[in-house]
Amino acid sequence: MTESQITPPNHDIASRLCEQVKEAYQQRAPLRIVGGNTRAFYGRPVDAAPLDVAEHRGIVHYDPVELIVTARAGTPLDELEAVLDDSGQMLGFEPPRFGPQSTLGGAVATGMAGPRRPWAGATRDFVLGTRVITQQGDLLRFGGEVMKNVAGYDMSRLMTGAQGTLGVLADVSLKVLPQPPARASLRLALPLDKALARLAELGRRPLPVTAAVWHDGALCLRLEGGHSSVEATRQELGGEPLEAGFWEALRDLSHRFFHLSPGQALWRLSLPPNTPPLTLGDSQEPVLYDWASCQRFIKTTLDGDTLRRACQAAGGHATCYTPAAAGGAEEPFTPLNPVVEKYHRRLKEQLDTRGIFNPGRLYAAF
Amino acid sequence: MSILYDEAIDGPLATFAKTDVLSDLQQHIPTLTLLHREEDLRPFECDGLAAYRVLPMLVAMPATLDEVQSLLKRCHALGVAVVTRGAGTGLSGGALPLERGVLLVMSRFQHIISIDPDARTARLQPGVRNLAISEAAAPYGLYYAPDPSSQIACSIGGNVAENAGGVHCLKYGLTVHNVMRVDILTVEGEPMTLGADALDAPGFDLLALINGSEGMLGVITEITVKLLPQPEVAKVLMASFDDVEKAGQAVGNIIAAGIIPGGLEMMDKLAIQAAEDFVQAGYPLEAEAILLCELDGVLADVDDDCDTVRGVLEKAGATDIRQARDDAERAVFWSGRKNAFPAVGRLSPDYYCMDGTIPRRELPHVLNDIAALSRESGLRIANVFHAGDGNMHPLILFDANREGELALAEEVGGKILELCVAAGGSITGEHGVGREKINQMCSQFNGDEITLFHAIKAAFDPQGLLNPGKNIPTLARCAEFGAMHVHNNELAHPDIPRF
Repeated sequence: MTESQITPPNHDIASRLCEQVKEAYQQRAPLRIVGGNTRAFYGRPVDAAPLDVAEHRGIVHYDPVELIVTARAGTPLDELEAVLDDSGQMLGFEPPRFGPQSTLGGAVATGMAGPRRPWAGATRDFVLGTRVITQQGDLLRFGGEVMKNVAGYDMSRLMTGAQGTLGVLADVSLKVLPQPPARASLRLALPLDKALARLAELGRRPLPVTAAVWHDGALCLRLEGGHSSVEATRQELGGEPLEAGFWEALRDLSHRFFHLSPGQALWRLSLPPNTPPLTLGDSQEPVLYDWASCQRFIKTTLDGDTLRRACQAAGGHATCYTPAAAGGAEEPFTPLNPVVEKYHRRLKEQLDTRGIFNPGRLYAAF
Repeated sequence: MSILYDEAIDGPLATFAKTDVLSDLQQHIPTLTLLHREEDLRPFECDGLAAYRVLPMLVAMPATLDEVQSLLKRCHALGVAVVTRGAGTGLSGGALPLERGVLLVMSRFQHIISIDPDARTARLQPGVRNLAISEAAAPYGLYYAPDPSSQIACSIGGNVAENAGGVHCLKYGLTVHNVMRVDILTVEGEPMTLGADALDAPGFDLLALINGSEGMLGVITEITVKLLPQPEVAKVLMASFDDVEKAGQAVGNIIAAGIIPGGLEMMDKLAIQAAEDFVQAGYPLEAEAILLCELDGVLADVDDDCDTVRGVLEKAGATDIRQARDDAERAVFWSGRKNAFPAVGRLSPDYYCMDGTIPRRELPHVLNDIAALSRESGLRIANVFHAGDGNMHPLILFDANREGELALAEEVGGKILELCVAAGGSITGEHGVGREKINQMCSQFNGDEITLFHAIKAAFDPQGLLNPGKNIPTLARCAEFGAMHVHNNELAHPDIPRF
């Protein structure tokens, strides 16, 4: 059996999804929006009837010359990236996937981005437009397939990372990028303090760095760009070559660092550029410094409050990646400042009056 | 249909005696500079869209954030509308005052709070000029990427409010891609931080939402922007074409070759002639179109890319290709493009600048349709085009002193925007909707979409006191304008009050 025969056909089920949402609105019956269900660990559990968008799949329009692709939310990331790869292009935000069933909709709804994020931009930076199913079951279009568009409020970027709490993502239009002509990865044995100083110094130069992570006594860098600059930078920096598959494993949290011991939870710390290592009591917990130290993962038994206080004092925040059921925090996301929370609740009340979209997924209050 | 505020269709504004509001504000905020005499208000009657003028009721020029906060609290308590203004360079009338509103001028907040060269960020007050950021960052080898053509005058607060662009957007993004954190005061005067010093913040992406929100959701009080290392080198190629379509094709071919130029601009014959006449940039007067392609980055890569682009341009049928020999010549090549608006302004007493975006592949047919509109109306139209990202700036030439020409120019402009929407594009790429394109919003969005925009507004400003009438039209206006998308022959939500 060939690949194309076992792959479900492209399928537009938007009108059926709209009907389901309309009914849920009328019945005041909450929905749990599900694509490939690989990101359920990220956020609070939602106790509601599933709205299955995985069947709503397929690439609607891809124009490599315009650098845009529009695909349905249920399109598997692997499938989408394979098509882009055929034209020598890629998704600039390098979305993680947690299995072959990880979908575009899930990637955009969670807004998670891979190692390239500090240099290329966040997920929302690549989102040009969306079609969204709103609370009354209407399929509405925001943004579009053009690079610049400032008409109306930026609903598409607001949906990115909102985890389906404001509406259902049906289709997403993205800016895509050409794959870099040259790529090299290297590993420099350096202690943490020297690695951080080196990163600050390299960051001020226009070098073709597109990933930088410190872990276990070594700074690992990925260089991407023109042949000449990648080669020149590789020679200047030296180091050893890096094992194949390293960046993919880091992106997908499958690198051996992410294997937890009993009692440990995995936390993601998001911190301003150039933040020194945090002091977390007497803790000697293992930390991986990704995104040139702006995104840090820690395997820890420390409680959430301790981590959050330390991050907040440095101008950042902490997210628990281990579900509460597996010993993680009850509130995976950092509680919002009261004024910010008020406007979150008001937005939720406006766009999801009856609380049908993924209630409680981000925060218990909405 | 006029774009000026019309309470019958744009919604009622509370009525006050100006003297009552003035004395209330003077009493509550004694230190606040308030202008109220007609001759003092006159300079604030318009922004960069000078065809429309409204004398504000009062102008407030706070010098401290406490004053801004007190002003917002008082206006909120009184129910008085507030229109926020930065440098006043906006081209869509986003800071057009209201006869019955306070104009809040933020231009005194001009302080660069700090630059952190290691974190590569700058903390700014909203009145800091765009170009001043890059000037201050230059000693560290850094710069701020978005560069709207008004960059010597426009301020960063307005850039965020409008999500301003520039000639380098395809590679470096719009304002929204280069801002990390924005501090605002809400309509009730509460301070709120959107985004963070880190690369993300918990909760909804309100930072993305505030970019381009045109002063409708809050008053911007501080901005942290991302700075980039200055590219090692930038080189520019200028290619001439005897046919606009070939030039359009060449743009696509450059990108298909895997190159994202720092800037990729196109000008048509009328724009070339105007620019050449004005600044003598050495543009080829016989060409139907020119492309300016700037490649920046590390020297070795830029040289490779220049060779690739040259090959693409030759293949696309360029009649002449020149590469600037040095930075001085590069500046000369760009001077024509950067001065295209004033250059066209010399051809005609008035011009009207449009800002539609289209998918690039639609360029030849949209240009043909624009040429047809020009013939039909008898108004000349020059085209300058951020070709890399599909952002067109057709400039409609007219003479406001001739009876009916302004109205005709607006009508032609409206039709051009509708062409952009029909081609799958947008009515505004970087100038904003403001008051100027309020009617065309009804062509781009249907009633349900506009209703959702009003819901977002209501979450932040339920009484509609911040910049009322801008950005999002009322359904009543769309019904009046006659361009509302009507589904199944019914207007969406007939139960909703129609303004």
